[in-house]
Parts: sequence; structure tokens; C-alpha cells
Amino acid sequence: MEKTADASRNLSLEESWGYDRKTMDYIRHAAAHGLYEIRGLGAKRKLPHFDDLVFLGASMSRYPLEGYRERCSTRTVLGTRFARKPVELEIPVTIAGMSFGALSANVKEALGKAATAMGTSTTTGDGGMTREERNASKILVYQCLPSRYGFNPEDLRRADAIEMVIGQGAKPGGGGMLLGQKVNPRVARMRTLPEGIDQRSASRHPDWTGPDDLAIKIRELREITDWEKPVYIKVGATRTYHDVKLAVHSGADVVVVDGMQGGTAATQGCFIEHVGIPTLAALREAVEALEDMGMKGTVQLVISGGIRTGADVAKALAMGADAVSIGQGMLVALGCNSGTWTDSGGRHQDAEADYRTLGTLPGYCHHCHTGRCPVGVTTQDPELEQRVTPETGAKRARNYLRTLTMELATIARACGKQDVHHLEREDLAALTVEAAAMAGIPLAGTRWIPGKA
Amino acid sequence: MDRVSFDLATTPLREINAFLHRAPAETESRTVILDRPGGVHNLAVGMAHDWRVTVHGHVGYYAAGMNQTAEMEIFGNAGTGLAENMMSGRVVVHGFASNAAGASAHGGLLVIGGDAGLRCGISLKGGDIVVGGSVGSFSGFMAQAGRLLVCGDAGDALGDSLYETVIYLGGHARSLGADAREEPMTEPDYQEVESLLARAGGNFCTVDPGRFRKIVSARSLYHWNANANQEY
Ligand code: SF4
Repeated sequence: MEKTADASRNLSLEESWGYDRKTMDYIRHAAAHGLYEIRGLGAKRKLPHFDDLVFLGASMSRYPLEGYRERCSTRTVLGTRFARKPVELEIPVTIAGMSFGALSANVKEALGKAATAMGTSTTTGDGGMTREERNASKILVYQCLPSRYGFNPEDLRRADAIEMVIGQGAKPGGGGMLLGQKVNPRVARMRTLPEGIDQRSASRHPDWTGPDDLAIKIRELREITDWEKPVYIKVGATRTYHDVKLAVHSGADVVVVDGMQGGTAATQGCFIEHVGIPTLAALREAVEALEDMGMKGTVQLVISGGIRTGADVAKALAMGADAVSIGQGMLVALGCNSGTWTDSGGRHQDAEADYRTLGTLPGYCHHCHTGRCPVGVTTQDPELEQRVTPETGAKRARNYLRTLTMELATIARACGKQDVHHLEREDLAALTVEAAAMAGIPLAGTRWIPGKA
Repeated sequence: MDRVSFDLATTPLREINAFLHRAPAETESRTVILDRPGGVHNLAVGMAHDWRVTVHGHVGYYAAGMNQTAEMEIFGNAGTGLAENMMSGRVVVHGFASNAAGASAHGGLLVIGGDAGLRCGISLKGGDIVVGGSVGSFSGFMAQAGRLLVCGDAGDALGDSLYETVIYLGGHARSLGADAREEPMTEPDYQEVESLLARAGGNFCTVDPGRFRKIVSARSLYHWNANANQEY
């Protein structure tokens, strides 16, 4: 309408595709500041994803399970290759590594409580293990990161599994970042850093450089913990086929692959949107690598990066993952990008003004790096962090995990499976040529997988 | 003398590490002798009790890794990551140490009689490192706390992106890293150097504290700076 009205006034309104208003805004911003944009969360652009797959479901040729009566197992065991005590989970949905520092202590505790109630694990992050999280979380995965902030043998022995972090999907090849406003006295102490500095973590591990060194490093961690704990290797999705092979060679019990939709608390926007490959493609490459090595089932595969729904979980499992890991989805469950937060009396409080202060609105926020999270999720501010209490946070996170699990089981039963891990590629069809090619799943209604004969 | 010894040529590493992980009994000797290590990796990692371990020969990667409380003396050379992430205690190698010696150590004292390789004291978090010889490039990279004392020279980019670690250098550095700068030695610095040398013991006691220079962080990378023109 507007356009016609303008056109009638003879205005020329031919927008450029290459230099659209978003691009020109970006250039003007760059010209004004001489500095790239830093932001949180993951890739925002549209990518081929699990949405582009559907399940075929049982009918004549396959027999469904009774949806509401027959049992469908969701039990998941990770770390069966070398560890004396593998991680045993009730559900194949785990909570991804997010640092104390990026998240508040309340949020870490809430996630731990929710995971414990659902029989799954949480993961520490850059900055070490907090008391709150260890106490709340029955199964806790302890990350070994390039920065080694707060890394120590006591927490290592207290952990249930160890995750060697090579990279993350939002920024494969980049290190952590925590801006000064989030480096409060406790965070600074845990990381042995001066308060309030803009902290940029290393992207390379200090004491190993390649896969052969890593193999020795992993044996060191196993020796220290008397070969009890599973060792995961987490990689950001890039050359996934080769990375997974090298991770297996280095002695991983579990490989975690994080696609480019995976989130972060802070990094360069250009990194988030332009480095790494989509989760869908990375998952197929990872499964192929394990199959080619004859390691499928021996080394478990965890996929993360944009897993939001029970259907996403089911599709990931059908493609060959053993479990998924969720970060951003958990934050949204806790209130990320919601217009309100809930006070101690259970009343909803409007947060819009706080979003406006950050220069955004509910639904568009990616300002985790500022430490001024309007809903109290990614903050170290003593006032803001009260907006998520461990109890309310735990309830929401638990409900979200429960919903995902119910959806997953619903789909598995419809496909005639008594165990969600019995979902298989043959249960899937692709809706787009891109998804068919990346996932290695035939385009619906055909037998065609692009790239395969 | 009451002591335990193991021959690495005939005893599996797992057995020795398991032995060193338990707390010694009240009356038990703390002294453990390890012979013929043959460059084995991960020797005596994760000790958390007051063992006193002597190794006769060369060790591989990560010897005494994550050490707490225990003491270890190596009559030989050490591979990559010697005493990495040490929390407390004391590790002495009389020969050379390879790359990343004392990486991310939170506490304790690491003494290297000979030279150390690249990245000595990288990400140091509070431990002290004393090196009799020289260190390779990128030593003290992003070191956060603790002291790195080098009697000899340093390679390129010494103290790159330093935080609060103080580096004392007896010889010359081929170059200093980004944000590292020399500052004048003060009286407390000379006392620190003297006490580090005294704690290292042996020949270190005869080294003159007067020849050291001090390298610290210029702290210009501590804060995000829009005008930094990609210098970080
Ligand atoms: S609402 Fe909070 S958690 Fe969500 S994007 Fe904004 S700052 Fe980050």
C-alpha cells in the first residue's frame, strides 16, 4: 500500500539486493565505530535444518506402537568405549556447556536441578565449576578449555565426565569472550583475572597442539581420574568428517559436534554467521565418519546447534546421533527474549523498557554480552539475576525437557520403535533438495539423494 | 632407608599412578624411586598427597601433571607439559624441559635446571617457575598470575598478552610480545628474585639477583578499545 502511495508521488524506490538497508546500516556502523559487532546467541540467518525433514511413520509396511500405552525407552548411555563409569542418562537430551560468568549462579543451579529431575546431565563452561552447579546437578560434565580458567584436579575428580573443548559451533577457531561488565569479583576470582577487564580467552590449548598430542593429553586425564570417567571431545562443525575421525583416533569416548546454529554468550557477529557449517550437514558427516571407522555404537555422538523441539531431537537420533545437547533452547525456556519476567510473588513484570535500554525489543535480543539481560538469564548483576530464581528456573527447564521427551517418544512410537534409539534414516524424508543433499536423506517422494548416484 | 621403588621397564604405568593416588599410611615412607622411565608419558600425574618422588632418567609428556602437594625430582629431561596445571608442591627437573613447561600452573614451584622449550609458563595462574637456562618463544603467553624467572635468554614474543604474571629475565629476549613491557626493578623485586632463587636451591643460590630485569603487562589490552586498529 505504502509503496503504491509513494510510487504515485513518483519516488524511485528500487532497493538493491546486494546493498539493502541492512547492509548499508552495517557499513555505516563500521564506518562510525571502526570495530566489529559483538553479540550473543547463534546464527540468525535461515539455514537448511531439521525442519526440512519429515518422518514417514508406520502404516502398512511398518507396525506402530500404541501411542499412550506401550513403553518407549529413552535411556541413553554415553562413554562405553574406555570409561569404567559411563554416563547413564534417562533421556537423550543433555544441557550444553555454558559458563558461570556468562550465566548467573541462579541459572546454573536451575539447570542443574532440572537436569537432575529429568535424569540428564549439565555441563560446566569457561571459568570452571561452581558449587551451586555441582550440588544441583547429579551428572555434571566438566569442560577442559583452552583458557583452563579455574581448571583443577579436585573438580576433575568430582566430575562425572570430562569434555575436551576444541571449539564451538558459533565460533569454530575462536576463544571465549567475557566483557568487563560481567567480570564481577567472584567471576574474576574463579578465573584468576583482574576484575572488570574485557576478557578474551585463548583459542588454542596451552599444552597440546595436534591430535597425536591430544591422545596423550586424554590419557593423562584418564590416568589422573583412574580411567573412571568418559572423555568427550567437542568440536565446532567445520571439517566434521575429518575432525570426528581424529577425535576417535585421539581416544574420545564421545564426540560432541556443535553446528553453526549453536549459541555463544559473546563473539563477533561475522564469526557467528560466516564460520562453520549447519548442524544438519555436520551430523551426517559425523555419522559417516563413525560408520566408515566401524565405530558407530562404540563411540557415542552428541549433536548440538539449533535443537529446539522434540521433533528436532527425534530427527537427530534418526540420522544417527546418540544424544543431543541444548543451550539456547534452555535459555529461552528460562525467559530469554520474553517480554516479562516473574517476580517472587509469581507476578509477571514488564521487561520491555530494559530491552529498549539495550537498544532492542523482546524477540530480537542477542545482547547477552552486555551482562544486562532484561530477564536475568545471562547476567552477573545482583539485581537482574534475581529475575530467575533457581526454583522457577528449574521448573521451566524441567517442563521444557519433559515436553521434548514426550514429543520424541510420540514420534518414535508412530514409527513403531520401542526405543528412541531405534529411529533410523529410513524413517526420514527430505523436503528440500538442500536438506536431502546435506542430510543424505532422499527427497520426499523420490529415491534421490543429491550427490549419490 | 625405608622407601619404595618401581622399575618402569617392568611395571605398568597404571600401577605406579594408582599407587601414587592413594594417601600414604601414617607410618609409611613418602619416598618413591622410579627407575628406567624410558620417556614414559603421564608419569606421576594427579598426585594429591605428600609423596616425594625421585625419577632416574627421562620422562615424556605431562610428568607430574596437575600435581598437588607432592614433590618430584627428575634426574633427566622432561617432555611437553611438565607439571602442567600444578596446584601446589614442587617439581624439579635437572635437565631440559620441552614445550609448555608449567602451563596453566595455579601454584607450587617448578624448577628447570637446563633450557625450556616454547611456551614455558603459558597461561600461568599463580605458580612459580625458575629456569636455569633459556626459554623458547611465546613463553609467559597470557600468563595471569605467579612468577616466571629465567636466568638465561628468551625467544620471540616473551610475555605476549600478559596479565598479572611478573617475568624476571636474566639474559635477553629476542622480542617482547604484544602488551609486554620492561619496568624498572624495585627493591621488593630484588627480594622476590632472591627468594625465588633460594627456593629453587642448589646452584641457583649463587646467581646474582642484580642481573635480572622485570617484564610485566602494559595493561593496554585489558579493555576493549575501538581505536585499537586490530592490534588484538
Ligand atoms: S534476553 Fe537475555 S539471554 Fe536472551 S538474548 Fe537477551 S540478553 Fe541474552
